[in-house]
Amino acid sequence: MTSTRGRRLRPVWAYGVAVAFLVAATLVSALVGAADLNPVATLAALADRIPFVHLPSSLDSLDRAVLFEIRLPRITVAIMVGGLLSVAGAGYQGVFRNPLVDSGMLGASAGAGLGATLAIVYLGSAGPSAVPVAAFAGSLAGVAIAYLSGAVGGSGTTTLLLAGVAVGLFLTAVQTYVLQRSTQDLQQVYSWLLGSLSGATWQQAGEIAPYAAVSVAIVLLHGRQLDVLSVGDEEARALGTHPGRVRLIVVAACALAAASAVAVSGLIGFVGIVVPHVVRRLAGPSYRLVLPLSLLTGAGFLVLADTLARTVVSPAELPIGVVTALVGSPVFVWILRSTAAVRT
Amino acid sequence: MNAIQVSGVTVELDRVRVLHAVSCAVSSGGWLALIGPNGAGKTTLLRAVAGLLPHRGTIRVDQTDLGALRGRGRARLIAYLPQVPVLPPDLTVGEYVLLGRTPHLGYLSAPGRADRRKAAEASEWLDVARFAGRRLGSLSGGERQRVRLARALAQEPRVLLLDEPTSDLDIGHQQQVLELIDDLRHRRGVTVVSTLHDLTQASQYAGHLVLLAAGRVEAAGLPAAVLTEDLISRVYAARVTVTTDPAGHPVVTPRREPPAT
Repeated sequence: MTSTRGRRLRPVWAYGVAVAFLVAATLVSALVGAADLNPVATLAALADRIPFVHLPSSLDSLDRAVLFEIRLPRITVAIMVGGLLSVAGAGYQGVFRNPLVDSGMLGASAGAGLGATLAIVYLGSAGPSAVPVAAFAGSLAGVAIAYLSGAVGGSGTTTLLLAGVAVGLFLTAVQTYVLQRSTQDLQQVYSWLLGSLSGATWQQAGEIAPYAAVSVAIVLLHGRQLDVLSVGDEEARALGTHPGRVRLIVVAACALAAASAVAVSGLIGFVGIVVPHVVRRLAGPSYRLVLPLSLLTGAGFLVLADTLARTVVSPAELPIGVVTALVGSPVFVWILRSTAAVRT
Repeated sequence: MNAIQVSGVTVELDRVRVLHAVSCAVSSGGWLALIGPNGAGKTTLLRAVAGLLPHRGTIRVDQTDLGALRGRGRARLIAYLPQVPVLPPDLTVGEYVLLGRTPHLGYLSAPGRADRRKAAEASEWLDVARFAGRRLGSLSGGERQRVRLARALAQEPRVLLLDEPTSDLDIGHQQQVLELIDDLRHRRGVTVVSTLHDLTQASQYAGHLVLLAAGRVEAAGLPAAVLTEDLISRVYAARVTVTTDPAGHPVVTPRREPPAT
């Protein structure tokens, strides 16, 4: 057991595998779907968009519209959401030195759920268009409340996590109450809660792009700082770093990343836990590798999950949160069992 | 010249005064052992010197007032190894030793070739380079202490603060680790301040002892001056006999009174 756990991919191979996985997932997703696009023509049309490459393609204008206005924006949003959730999950895990922490913790998911529910229930016809903003704001507000209630007097990470649990339960209780008072909105709220990329557009991708870029850049730059944190606050301070400051910056950036994802996708669980875990198994625990590899792998994972979500019961769609949980839960149990086997 | 000069250091933890105006000093390249019963304030003093606790009084390292230094500047002078370390089990020895370069790196910069070389040198010095690829979780107690010392050495400190460096080790590995520390001191000019439970080992390895009791300096000086039967029985409430080993170091032997019949 010990020897297999000790065996790791070299960084260059790990990056190679992650990039190949993302590219393969993207191509599969571009080729599969309700509209039966000719694979060769589709690949040619895609290649034609690469600068300096000019390929004739036999796709007609309708097929082109399906490819470039429906599938590609959806793939792009899936890439962004998967990458954001995974990086946020990995970042939180580093900050809290706890592998079971997810991107939705610290009140982020509960806050987003409450925000979206309030928008749908109280804003009437303006509701649906306000949901992304409301979810984004609710998610950030949830984390802010949890952080402010938990970060008293330099107390440890456990206090912060517990505060996150308390704030999450509180916000969920409020959300349940609001929802129970207006059962006619149940369907709409629940389909949002379960997550979906069915409405993904280029505009959505453009809207979250600045937040995504800034938050991911900040988290990725803190990989080494998170490695230092892994030896505990006391020794991290003795090495000249400021754990509290690093924690605040990374939590803020992860909250922004998760909120950007939630705004366009609804709640998608398990990605933020499962992806960094798989990456750790392949490449080791250093956050200088775990963070960028989680970004790539998470993106590929969500593209595949979304492809399943829109094809398995076609023409209907599964909520993507259901797909990630169906894949994620068994993987998670496997991780727990194999980790327990090593510890004992 | 004194490498470390502690003057009137007072520390309060949870509003309880744990150290009362403690003063002590150790010269450059020396080894100062802090001894005393449990709860005397040994670890607190080490943590204060490491800059991890708010305190009154002044601490100087090579004439530099630590109060004037920020985190990284302080960490370039002082390496601190707590008694119970957090060792991420899946991190490799090489990665862990490289963390010692942290105080020499900018906030967002990555370790460069020079940092890797220094970490490799430190690993060679403590003979852990041969298992640089092993996970921390797979190390034995003795290997673990050597790896931690390698990380501290990669930090290139002037002062090494060690809290009970030999706890959890068998007697052979205790001596091995203490010899390694002594070697660092002699050949790299590092000044060592450590807490040590074993009084005989303290007398054999440290040139200077400070006996703390209830947060105050009870005695300080050469081992022979501090390790007296009177002082030890009073401060520790212990029954001991003090003899002298062939090299002239005091040896403290616990003594059991025959049970009353």
